[in-house]
Parts: sequence; C-alpha cells; structure tokens
Amino acid sequence: MTRGPAHEVAPQELAEIARGLRVLLLRTIHHARSGHTGSAMSCIDILTCLYFREMHHTPYNAEWPQRDRMVLSKGHASAALYVALHQAGYVTRAELRQMRQLESILQGNPDSRRCPGVEASTGSLGQGLSIGHGMALALRGGVDGGEEPRVYVVLGDGELQEGQIWEAAMSAGHRGTANLCAIIDANGLQLDGAVRDIKNVEPLAAKLEAFGWRALDVSGHDFAALCGALDAARGERERPTAIIARTVMGKGVSFMENAIGWHSRAPDAHQLAEALAELDKAKQPAGERAGTR
Amino acid sequence: MSERLLSTREEYGQTLVRLGERSRDIVVLDSDLSSSTFTHLFAERFPDRFFNMGISEQDMIGTAAGMALAGKIPFVSSFAIFVTGRCWEQIRNAVALPGCNVNIVATHGGVTVGKDGAMHQALEDIAVMRAIPTMTVLVPGDAVETRQAVEAAAWYDGPTYIRLTRENLPLLYKDPVPFRIGVGRTVLDGDDVTIFAIGLMLHKALEAAELLARDAISTRVVDMATVKPIDEHLVVRCVGETGCVVTAEEHNVIGGLGDAVGEVMLRRCPAPMERVAVRDTFGRSGHPADLLRYFELTPEAIADASRRAIARKAARAPLEGE
Repeated sequence: MTRGPAHEVAPQELAEIARGLRVLLLRTIHHARSGHTGSAMSCIDILTCLYFREMHHTPYNAEWPQRDRMVLSKGHASAALYVALHQAGYVTRAELRQMRQLESILQGNPDSRRCPGVEASTGSLGQGLSIGHGMALALRGGVDGGEEPRVYVVLGDGELQEGQIWEAAMSAGHRGTANLCAIIDANGLQLDGAVRDIKNVEPLAAKLEAFGWRALDVSGHDFAALCGALDAARGERERPTAIIARTVMGKGVSFMENAIGWHSRAPDAHQLAEALAELDKAKQPAGERAGTR
Repeated sequence: MSERLLSTREEYGQTLVRLGERSRDIVVLDSDLSSSTFTHLFAERFPDRFFNMGISEQDMIGTAAGMALAGKIPFVSSFAIFVTGRCWEQIRNAVALPGCNVNIVATHGGVTVGKDGAMHQALEDIAVMRAIPTMTVLVPGDAVETRQAVEAAAWYDGPTYIRLTRENLPLLYKDPVPFRIGVGRTVLDGDDVTIFAIGLMLHKALEAAELLARDAISTRVVDMATVKPIDEHLVVRCVGETGCVVTAEEHNVIGGLGDAVGEVMLRRCPAPMERVAVRDTFGRSGHPADLLRYFELTPEAIADASRRAIARKAARAPLEGE
C-alpha cells in the first residue's frame, strides 16, 4: 500500500519556503566561510518539494521506522539539506551556525551518526544510489505491517560519471524496485566545467529507460512540474523512477547562476547583502500567496 | 587434533542458514560467486532474503550499507581480493564511517587460491581492512571457529571483515572452546617461543611445534583469530613468558598479523621477533601445496624462524632496567 503526499501544499507556497531556505542557506554558508553555494542552491527546490510536501517524516521522532527516506548522494550540497532539516525541525538555528566546525553535528558532508534526519553518510560521489536502493529493498512491502516507505536519492548530474551509479541503476531496474525514486539535479556543471564538455552523461532519459527505469524530464525549478513528477513516481508499481530535474547552478541569485566559480565558494559580506536583496525582491506579497491557495 | 578436513566456506554457508532461522533481519548479498562462497545455501533456504547483485561489488557494498541503515543485518560475500580491493572506499565511507552493521565475509584469501594465480590471490586484504577505523578483522583457523566468528559478527554492532581460505582445514580444538572477538586462544602451550598464527598457518605452526619438539624446544602456538582489535594483553603475557615471538600468516609481510603483533611489542614489550609471511611480492599459479612451499609458508620455515628468534633471545643484551 502506498501513501499519498504527506501534505498538500500549493506550488506558490513551496516557492516561498524555497526562497526562505535560500536566504538561510546563504547566511549559513557565509557564516561558516565555506560550503558549496552553487550546488546547494540548484537543489533547494527539489528538497523543498520532498521535505515539505512529499515525504512522510516526523522530526520529533526521527527514527520512526515507517518514515520516507532521502539520501543526498551529492553530499557536497549538505548546506541545502541542513537548512531544510532546520526548517522541518530537526536542526536548531544555533546548530546551523556551527556548520563545518569542530564538534558540529553538521559536518562538511552529511554524517548520519551525528545529525538527526540525515539518513546516510554521503559525499563520496556515486555511492548514494546503491545505499538508497539497499534501503528501498529493506523497506519494500512495508515495515512492521505499516505502509511501504519510499526512498528518494538526490544525485548530481556530474556524479553520474561514476560507474557505481550504473551498477545501482542496473540493480534497481532489474529488481523493479518501485519504492525507489532518483532525482537528478541536472545543473549541467561540475567542478572543472560543463558536464557535456568533460564527459557527457546524456541522453539521460534514454539511458535510464534502457536500464529499466521510468524517466521523467522536468524543470527542476517548476514546483508544479516537480510535484507532478513525484506523483507519477508514487503511482509507479513496476519500475523505479528517475526524475531528471533540469536546474540552474546557483539558482535564485543572478550573479551566482550558471557561474562555475560559485560551485564551492562562500559569499563575502558584500556578496551576501547583494544576494539577500535580490531574494527579498523575489518575495511574493502575502495577499497574493493567500489568494492562490 | 582431528585430521578430517572440513570446509570453512561450507560451514559459513550453513551458519548463515542457522542465523537466518533465528532472525528475519539476516540478509545475504553476493556478487555472482555464491556457489563458491557457499552463500547459495542461504539463497536456497531464504530466497527472499538473498540478493545476488551480479558482478558489481561496489554496488553490493552500498546496497548492504543501505539495508543496514534500514535495520537489517547484512552478510556480504565475494573473494577477498575483490571485496576488499575494489570496494575499499565504499567499505570505508558507506559502511564503516556511518557505523553500519555490515559483515563482510571473504573467501579465497591468500596464495592457496591456487591455479587462478596472482590476480585472485589476496595478500593485502588484512592490511587494508585493518587500516579502516572501527573495522573488526577476523581470520578463523578451522570450520568450528568459522561458525563462531560468523555468529559473533552477526550480533556484534559494527562492521566486520572475516577472511576465509579456499582450502579445507582440520579442526584446531578437540573440545569446543568459547570464542570472543578480541581474545586470542592458546592452542598449544610452551615456554621457549610463542608462534602467533592465523588461518591455515595455525596448522603449519602446530606442525612446526612438532619439528621443534625433536630439538627439545617447547613451543607455544596462539590462535590470533581476531587480528583487530589485537589481544594486547595476550601478546604482552606471551612475550613475558616465552621471551620471543614468531608470527605466521598467509598474507603480505606488510600490514597483517605480524605488524599487528609487532606494533604491540614495539610499544609495550620489545623482544626478538621473526615473521613468516609473503615477502612483499605477488602470488602466482600453482597447486596450493606447491605455492606454500614456493613462498616458504611451511612448518619448516616457521621452525627455522623460531630457532632464529630463540637464538636472538639468547644473544640479546638485557634492556635497561631489566
């Protein structure tokens, strides 16, 4: 038996949550003086859909066995996960301010032993899909007679150059692990340049379909499209689903967008102020938001 | 000592079945070697809890880590060379770092893999697994000890690596002796020299003791089935009581049992020590018995090493304060 989305949230509402997360993300990375700003910004909208609409999870009881799981395979975007976990109630504001410091629960890459809500230790690229698939297999059919949890794995497009990803894709396709959903944050950039120039991973949909997956190609910043893809994935009974989310690295701040230099750089005080001003302008009037619900 | 030879691999497979009967959380993964690692026994009994991941060791380790994070107790098997070599980083980062309860049971450790040759003969696996923080490394010396080690690993909370050989082995103990992770066991008592050995080399050490007895040398043979965490107290006690040490292992001389014992002695009880191991070289094709002779992993080699250690002990000037 499969559950519906945890919360019915309108796309405009999700957009506002994501805007708030971007503000918090930039402040957090600025405070830590290090972090992967661009990579984190590109997957904020995906994580917003997962944590505030799609996933059944209980921050007050992080170990609830029937919870849905999210594995951030592109672990270097940890700051995006941490602000989402803060917004959801797993992590305090004080803990966010300790990110990347000695003794912090928020390590440079997510550490499942230290931080509640972090399901797997990731950051060595290419490993998250196997881990998520292992979880999905263990949870298949439900836990203790409850409903079947779903497992989401958020991947970068650059990390699809790792061979283990395709071993895992072949495994999940072969086994028809339908409670597994991979979401590819396809921002087209990796540390040394454009993915298509360094080692092209396309055509992704055709590759994944050939591996036995259902593949959906959507805009990764269109909340209605993302939610529609997640609905379709939930309805799938025979195959795992891959959502190829077309994203923009650094999304939300014009001078960071598609700028490879922002892959792993922290904003200084001046850049932070400029970015926050831009995000503030993007704020939707409260009345308008209420009207669209 | 019974001379009947028993397969440690088959015992592993049978133990998995018994564990599977006791707990529904036991799951087993293999990478297309189940007929050789004997996980096929579990597969036949519990097909829903057996996952043949195909020839994809890295994916197998990651999948096992995910299963452990979801509450299962996975056993993962392949040949020692592949599961430790190809997936070292997966084992470190996906299994050990998050503290996953994944048990890696590798068969075909050492040169006695035989005719398949160097490519398949793991001589570095103990070293690379030992180097990973929190990893427990077990090398059983017979079928009964294999069963005990596998059971101990299942209920131990944390990652374990168990190395088995391809060769069948006689039983080490006449009567059942309790097994505990981290505790070495004396197989044969003696006063002149201690031989710490693991796996197949324990049996060579016992033969060496017989050779040495002809020269009226009293040899202690200790089963160091837990290479990590090494039984420090036992090492210190044996050095104190016998004054010199030999280690014997079917592994490269770098990073294995010899280094594990030597590190303790260097820190706590310096004394003459000789090592019987593969001398920093690769294996080769051949009959297992011929290979053991070629690489000087024989009772004669252990006996010679023991005589050297004893001679050094006799020649040694007392340390300051002794």
